[in-house]
Amino acid sequence: MKRLAIGTVALLVLLLMAMLILAWESSIAQQDAPAEDTFSQRQIDRGEVIAGLGNCQSCHTVDPERPYAGGRAFPTPFGTLYATNITPHPESGIGRWSEAAFIRAMREGVARDGSHLFPAFPYTHFTRVRDEDLQALYAYTMTREPVDARAPENDLTFPFNIRLLQAGWKLLFFEPGVWQPDTEKSDAWNRGEYLAEGLAHCSACHTPRNTFGAENQDRDYDGAMVNNWYAPAMSAGNPPPVAWTESELYTYLREGASTYHGVALGSMADVVHQGLGIVDDSDIRALATYFSDVTGALPEDQTAAQASRRIADAQRESMAMRSNDTGELNRGEQLFSNGCAACHYNSADDPNVLRPELSLNSALNADNPVNLIRATLRGVSNESGIQGVLMPGFASWNNADLAALFAFLRATHTDHPAWNDLEQRIARQRSDVTTSTE
Amino acid sequence: MPTSFELNGRSVTLQVADDTPLLWGIREDAGLTGTKYGCGIGLCGSCTVLVNGRATRSCITPLSEVKNLAVTTIEGLHPSGEHPLQKAWIKTQTPQCGYCQSGQIMQAAAMLVDFPDPSDEQIDNIMSGNLCRCMAYVRIRKAIKLAAAEMRDDIASSPTAPETAAHE
Repeated sequence: MKRLAIGTVALLVLLLMAMLILAWESSIAQQDAPAEDTFSQRQIDRGEVIAGLGNCQSCHTVDPERPYAGGRAFPTPFGTLYATNITPHPESGIGRWSEAAFIRAMREGVARDGSHLFPAFPYTHFTRVRDEDLQALYAYTMTREPVDARAPENDLTFPFNIRLLQAGWKLLFFEPGVWQPDTEKSDAWNRGEYLAEGLAHCSACHTPRNTFGAENQDRDYDGAMVNNWYAPAMSAGNPPPVAWTESELYTYLREGASTYHGVALGSMADVVHQGLGIVDDSDIRALATYFSDVTGALPEDQTAAQASRRIADAQRESMAMRSNDTGELNRGEQLFSNGCAACHYNSADDPNVLRPELSLNSALNADNPVNLIRATLRGVSNESGIQGVLMPGFASWNNADLAALFAFLRATHTDHPAWNDLEQRIARQRSDVTTSTE
Repeated sequence: MPTSFELNGRSVTLQVADDTPLLWGIREDAGLTGTKYGCGIGLCGSCTVLVNGRATRSCITPLSEVKNLAVTTIEGLHPSGEHPLQKAWIKTQTPQCGYCQSGQIMQAAAMLVDFPDPSDEQIDNIMSGNLCRCMAYVRIRKAIKLAAAEMRDDIASSPTAPETAAHE
């Protein structure tokens, strides 16, 4: 009995040591800030575009006056993480990181001092990025204005706050390796795939995560909740009311709006208008080519016919509701007529992108009404969606009226089942409206 | 914080709280009282103005939201009040008490950009958010059709195609 106990303890100690050896990453020496002439202007400019593609600013910035200074909170099921300061400040930023340390962080999720980074930082995608792009990104990052700002300490629950355990997570869910082209596919597809699955890390938001916070590979692009927004499904198995076309994908990524799907809101508005804003047209087209494949896009003549049928159906069902003179749905119809139709009514055969057609809108067709509720309460600022076009918020309407409106829209403008607990969900988002800084 | 925007073609800067409704900025601070307060919750249309050419309920739009955008009120629709809609309104003697009419005209002006030859169904659907307690709806619809016809004739006889407000 005693020998068994000693054996077990010895085995555990060995296992622990093996884990430590596996989990241990060396520190990379600090260096002084690179001299000003270390990087060529061409490289810095290229790095700016790379940063745009990665949309680094969106997560690593709280105050737009202090870009990349970190501090933005990310609530997760494991506690709250805070984005770090990635300006070249020598103490609170990454000013003493060598290029090798920077590239290791991007490729392996390991900080300069050897500690494991949490996968909220999408190194699982950045591992695919090629050397020259990471070098350009380093050049751009190290030539930003240094800001002295320390992000708040992460507030994770035990045992998730133990960084060493991340080594185990990596064993299970991390596939390191630089991107390799698929020779069966076109150049544009390959370029799009390289960008989307690497730098742009699209699936980090659009793919649901498993219990351990890793992207669920079996459900690629099936849509997921991120920071209280629903990042819509883009997989061919979850088709929107009207299929995407390659040109609609391009227009959406370039301008933030698609006639057949709606406008970019929340962090997607940052992606389009800040991140992708400075990216070359050819890269936006490559992304559109790749996502045509992911979404199962159709030719344009087919989607136009799909859209017209859909709008005509919604209008017919709405008219039927108008003559049905009692109940919540009728109340919703009145509210829609008075408060929404002036901007959202379309002719069935010619929907206008500036009059977002709700029967086609991803927010109305989603399983979760959060996007619709947030857009309606807070409106769409002229910097989101289509730039220069704004929708005021309707927070002055009470929860019962908003619930009636949404129930009416869901019943008449979509083929999906009614949403439950709308009033409570609206109330919850309302409190978020007043406290959120987003 | 001060908010700068374009009001009827002139740049203005208003020193008001960010959440002040655009309507109060227009009426109280810029002194243009043609735009009317009705319900205050975006359900009656009397406060309608154009923001970058799109009809917008100014009572629920925070002033800070129109920063750097172009706002047009009834006073700015035409330099001498002779927009085809305004002429048609007079010709058909559309208003009764008149309170909702500047909102009606601004909404109609925006509609005619998207629907230059609107059907009854289109007019009813788009103008349904502009209430008129005097029940002038039949004359409003008639005036819109009259103005639409004039605007289409103007376009047809114009040597160069005019730019539409929405695409400025």
